[in-house]
Order: sequence, then structure tokens, then C-alpha cells
Amino acid sequence: MTVADAPDQGPDATYFAYLAAKDWRIPKCRGCGAHVFQPRIMCPACGGEAFDWVVPSGAGTVHSTTVVRRRSADGGDYNVALVDLAEGVRIMSRVEGVDPAAVRIGMPVAARLADQDGDTIVVFDPAGGDGR
Amino acid sequence: MTWYLRGKTAVVGAATAHLGEAPGWSHMEIAAASARAALADAGLTLKDVDGLFAVSMHAVFPALTYGEYLGIQPRFSEATIVGGSSAVIQMLHAALALENGLCDVALIVYGSNQRSAAGKLHSPSGGENLPYEKPYRLRSPIAGYAMSAARHMHDYGTSREQLAEVAVAARMWAAMNPEAFMRDPLTAEDVLGSRMVCDPLTVRDCCLVTDGGGAIVMTRADRARDLRKDPVYLLGCAGGHTHRQYSMMPDLTTTAAVQSGRTAFAMAGLTPAEVDVVQVYDAFTINAVMLLEDLGFCPKGEGGAFVGDGRLRPGGDLPFNTYGGGLSCTHPGMLGIFTTIEAVRQLRGECGERQVKGATVGLAHGNGGMFAHESTALLGTAATL
Repeated sequence: MTVADAPDQGPDATYFAYLAAKDWRIPKCRGCGAHVFQPRIMCPACGGEAFDWVVPSGAGTVHSTTVVRRRSADGGDYNVALVDLAEGVRIMSRVEGVDPAAVRIGMPVAARLADQDGDTIVVFDPAGGDGR
Repeated sequence: MTWYLRGKTAVVGAATAHLGEAPGWSHMEIAAASARAALADAGLTLKDVDGLFAVSMHAVFPALTYGEYLGIQPRFSEATIVGGSSAVIQMLHAALALENGLCDVALIVYGSNQRSAAGKLHSPSGGENLPYEKPYRLRSPIAGYAMSAARHMHDYGTSREQLAEVAVAARMWAAMNPEAFMRDPLTAEDVLGSRMVCDPLTVRDCCLVTDGGGAIVMTRADRARDLRKDPVYLLGCAGGHTHRQYSMMPDLTTTAAVQSGRTAFAMAGLTPAEVDVVQVYDAFTINAVMLLEDLGFCPKGEGGAFVGDGRLRPGGDLPFNTYGGGLSCTHPGMLGIFTTIEAVRQLRGECGERQVKGATVGLAHGNGGMFAHESTALLGTAATL
């Protein structure tokens, strides 16, 4: 049985089940073609209730960013960012692999799956000009 | 359309209690002290209260908690929780209840001991599971406001110096308010040089964390005229919201204050140019910039320059947060009710050294969550009816 045909589970559970299987997917409305994030039982654009779970390209652009300042004894500063995916939806995440203060609005980034406290989460790294 | 609520109800009592530090006092005691003082201000007693409007950072069932504590069994109760915006939109709900005969005396009450009890910002939703955001450790609420500030700076060229001016002006007003928690002089250099909390906001771009409570009492206009103080009429009031989680905010630099402001001004039959005193929920300095834009005091994108030229200071063109606001007067978790209390005091002429002479129209604006819920009230003296 795959994540997608698991019986009687909502889109939230489906999303996190895919992530736990290290297979990041987001719902795409069969009615209007809109990607939907965060997952919903109804498409916010057209009201459609049927979705395909598709693998995002991973390409994104930083929409906004901040550095959460923290004492080094507590783990130091870290980045929180909102990333616009190429699919047209926005996700909260962080940009790694670069100083948190060097993350810029408009920066192209690429998604990567990471482990955090036993969960699989989506993070981003700086990317080349095409977002890859 | 005709807005039948304009001027039909009025604020007849307004008071604060335990602003600043109140170790040894519970949130219920602080709320009750605020209610007692607001009723005394109106010349009424708890026996007169038959409508209760409560919100709390601490109680899951605020109307039940405060009703029980006050020893009242109201005919009409309401406990809308839309964050710090709640007490402002509750004036609309109170006006609807009063005008429909569901109650005759409405008490809106708030109290918190978050500074003394928790030692840090206390959030009623702190334990809420937000699985799409939780892994990224968003420092709530400041990190959201910081990302709106960053985007506003990126899109419109707003500067940190312009944001700092909001804090400087607030401190100048606070210096004239005996109730204000921080009254020492503050310069832009102080703000910019303070500890960075979430870029681009320093600790002086952030509101205070204090204890304190506030309450207001409302009646229908006919009864208001027979009470102790000059009534302050509710001319317009409206709200709106765009999201719950910050990552779901449709546009990081535009809030539902566009909608709440438009409706409240339409109901009141007024324009921003006719407002004498403006009290806007300043959780962070960026609030002043974005909310003044959204409320129509200046075009979108020009808020930085608008606030940056000193017009918010005492003696400036736009008397703004004349009590010192959340930045310098008080911020016990939710500021909404304090914006109204200061508007009422200004319109009554009770503000002493910081009084804006001849003020007849006041605006009180609440903000909840991370720019999530916005509520706008327009208040006026008898001259505005």
C-alpha cells in the first residue's frame, strides 16, 4: 500500500506520510491545476476535491527572511524564511549552507530533505540562477 | 448603504489597572480591578452589567472566568479571541447587542499578569500544534513582523531609521504619561544600536512586556447622556482577517486593515484627514508604517517616509499613540483595549500634559496574531453626531 491510497486519511496525514517516506509531494488540483499548499480537503481556487500528489521541482525564491538571534550557548543564530516555490505556493522553511544573515529576498534556492529530531523536513540551500 | 449603528452607542466608562509590574496579582484580579475602575468612571456598578465581553491570554473560557470572578450572570456574553485585536472588534459586537436589546450595559474587560507570572511573552496559542511551521522555530510573534518589515524595506525602500522614528516618537509621548512604563529619553541611535532580536528589528523596535488590565463600559446613546462623563460615541467599527499562520499571509506588506478601515470610515462617514488622534496597535515599529498605509493615512509604500519625518511626535501633524503605545507605555499581551482607552481619554480632554487640544474624532486600531486580524474603531464627541 502506498501513501496515496492509504484508507480514510486526510491530506494533512498524506502530506506528512509522504515526507516521512522521504518523498516530498504537494497536492495539485485535478479541477483547475492549481498547486495547493498547505494541503486542503477543498481547492481554495476552484473548490475541487480531487488532487494528484506531485513532486515539486524543488526550485524556489526567498520571499522574505529573518535571522532569529540566539545566544551561541543556546545554538546560535538561525534563519527563518518564506520561500515561493516554482509551483506558485509559499512555504515556511529555512535556508542552510550560508550565514543566516546572508540570506536575501529574491535569492534562488533549492529544496532538500533533512532530518530533524526524527522527522523529515524540507529545507533549502542557495541555488544557481535557475533555482536549481 | 446606511450604517444604522453610527452614534447609537457610546463608551461611558474607561479605565486601566496595575499597568507595569504587578507581582502578586492574578490576571483575574487585574481584570476585575480594571472593571471596577471603568464602572466607577461611568458612575455604574457591577449590578448594572448585563453584557460581558472578555478576552484573555490566560483563560480558555474568558467570559466564564471573568463572569464568575466578578460575580455576575450576564444576559449576553461574548469572548471573541482574535489576538490583540479582540477588544476593539468587541466594541462592534457590544454595539450590536446593545442596539438589539440583548443587554443594556456592556463591559469589555481584559487583564494580564504576563510580565510577573511568566517573565516573558505569554501566548494562549503557545501550545497549538502548527505542524507546517513548527519545525522552523518561528519566534512568534516577532519573526513574522520582522519578515514583513524586511519585505517592506525590500519593496519600498523603507529604512531602519524610519522604523526607529516610530519608537522615538512613542517615547516622547510616554514621557508625558504618568502611567507609561518607559519614560526615559530614547534616540534613533539607541533603537538602531540595541540588541538585534529578529533582523531587522531590535529590542527597541519591539513592544514592552508588562502586566496590566483595561476595561470599557458601553451603553446606548440615550442612557449614555445621563451618566457621569461625557459620552464618547462609537461612530464606526469593523474588522477583518487574512490568515492564522504567518506563512499563509497573502501579502506580507498589506493587512486586513484595508478592509476594516474602509468599512469603519464608511460607517462613520469620515476620512483619515478628519481624525484628530490616532491610536494604532504598535506591537512593533513596522506596525505603524503598514497600518497607517492600510488605513488610508498615506499611500501603500510611503509609510516609511510618512512616519520618518517626525509627524508622529508631540506637536507633529498626526498625534499618534499619545500614551506611548505598546512600545513605551504598556503591553500586557494584548493592547487592543488600551488603544480605545486612550482615544476615549483624549476625546474627553483628560490627558493633561499630552492632551491634543480640541480633539473630537479618535481612531483606535487593534491588531491580532501576526498581522492576522485587524479591527478599526472611530470614536467621536457629541460634536460629531
